[in-house]
Amino acid sequence: MDAFLASTRMRRRSTLALLGACALLALAIAGLAGSVPLPLAELPHAFAGLLTGAPDGMAATLLDLRLGRASSAFVTGAALALAGVMMQALVRNPLADPYVLGVSAGAAVGALAALLFGAALWLIDAGALLGAVAISLLLYLLARRDLGGMRGGARSGAQTGESSVLLLTGVVLASACMALVTLMLSVAPESRLRGMVFWMIGDLAGTSWRLLPWAVLAAALCMALRRARALNVMALHADAAVALGVDVAGERRFLFLCSGLLTACAVTTGGSIGFVGLVVPHACRHAFGPDHRILLPAAVLAGGGFLVLADTLARTVLAPQQLPVGVLTALIGVPVFLFQLHQLHLRAR
Amino acid sequence: MIETRELDVRVAGRLLVERLDWRVAAGESWCVLGPNGAGKSTLLRTIAGLRALDAGSVTLAGKPLPEWPLPALARERAYLAQSRGDAFAYRVIETVLMARHPYHADRYWEGSDDHAAAENALRTLDVLHLAQRDVRTLSGGERQRVAIAALLAQETPLLLLDEPANALDLAHQVAMTALLARLCREQGRAVVAVGHDLNLAWSGATHALLLHGDGQWRAGPVAQVMRADLLGACLGQPIAVIEHGGRTIFLPDAPAPMTGAVPIRRTQ
Repeated sequence: MDAFLASTRMRRRSTLALLGACALLALAIAGLAGSVPLPLAELPHAFAGLLTGAPDGMAATLLDLRLGRASSAFVTGAALALAGVMMQALVRNPLADPYVLGVSAGAAVGALAALLFGAALWLIDAGALLGAVAISLLLYLLARRDLGGMRGGARSGAQTGESSVLLLTGVVLASACMALVTLMLSVAPESRLRGMVFWMIGDLAGTSWRLLPWAVLAAALCMALRRARALNVMALHADAAVALGVDVAGERRFLFLCSGLLTACAVTTGGSIGFVGLVVPHACRHAFGPDHRILLPAAVLAGGGFLVLADTLARTVLAPQQLPVGVLTALIGVPVFLFQLHQLHLRAR
Repeated sequence: MIETRELDVRVAGRLLVERLDWRVAAGESWCVLGPNGAGKSTLLRTIAGLRALDAGSVTLAGKPLPEWPLPALARERAYLAQSRGDAFAYRVIETVLMARHPYHADRYWEGSDDHAAAENALRTLDVLHLAQRDVRTLSGGERQRVAIAALLAQETPLLLLDEPANALDLAHQVAMTALLARLCREQGRAVVAVGHDLNLAWSGATHALLLHGDGQWRAGPVAQVMRADLLGACLGQPIAVIEHGGRTIFLPDAPAPMTGAVPIRRTQ
């Protein structure tokens, strides 16, 4: 028995180590790949320059630019994947994604409004953040009963974890936002249309080192890991989670706020990049099982690595032209998702 | 162990159970009987602490139910829901291990003691061979037995079960009923089980609670409560009680010609 336990623990640890190595590899590829080759001999010096905060010379500048963008890609992908796992646990549906409740649609309204009026770059980010937060607050107010206002709420019968009110409200708000987006796209002048469309698809061009998303991601992951066991209980039993001593209302509020915050962060950094938040959690569940204790860190590593690779492809495939990364995640994500769905279907039979 | 005082149960404004004074002691096995919609499940959810009290009070081990912290409550009573919807592909052993959650909120991984408890429970319910299966691929009866195994792995003094015999085949219905009776007799646990099968209830339970659905109720030892006249009035179906070879058998009787209590009336 103990040997069996030790071996499964060993396997989990090696799985995470392997995923971590893959993520590092993806970052290394992102640093080396590009239209201008980096001579390997200059790497140590460039890296040292980067670490001391004074990049000098061509190689160091290139590395700084590329790794800065790659770090944004990693944190965005990781945040989206983590938010996806949380959203799926929240609505108890493995096919939910971070955008299903309309957080990204709200962000799109904010960002596109800023783009429409030709605002400065930081205003676009601020607009996206504002839109995401506004839609989250509105949703929280409307679906408060469903999320459970207090501990008593968890016991009120209506609070069974079958969150159709939350889900439906989110979907309806999202479509209202999309209508606003369409309206803005149709009245926008030609010259600004391209930027707006790129934002909608999701684009990491021009992003660099940022601390805030990393802080949010780290905090969210730590808190989520502490609740991983409770999340398992909730994902399994809608009703009986309370019977097993889980504060369902509290956990649901945590999931809602945390996934909303992560999504807002991700969308503010990279626009509404699709499919990472759906495909990565799904693939991780498929590969490592639905246990949140392994799923949460695995999704973070896999999501980050995936988006770094996709972004590296996006800026190298048609170099010097750069594609928006959202195109590539969807192009990669759709076949992967269909393949998995088909596999599941076969297995179920 | 658990006691209700003047407890009302209301669903959508209708009063189903009125001023229930009821006491379940350790070692007692109760069956809750009544027609559909009589408030059996709602009463069970109420005393499990899953539902706000409408009126009256419930005390568990001498302490009012709302004052119990959720994790401590989960070490005191286990609850089997009537149905389960599995959204994720958990393995059987994982679902049973989750029942150990109330014991080690501080542990990240379960220990070997948790595994031992889970395997014991699975073995008791005759489903150990399914341990590595995806719960979504189980049959209804297998899933039910796994859920009861999880209930046992929770290792609580009070077990609340909503129709535990659901979807079980005859052999497992009998085995499950005997198992619950044995837990009460040998380990001094208390069981409250909602059910519809009078013969199973008679064979396993020491006490019965009849709910009429209009506020009326009757509680007591099975010999006093499970009588043909009382059951017939409660269930809206005349019941014949037959003594045969030292055993008591409950059968639906032909409807009395002029009873108004029969729920389904024939139209002319």
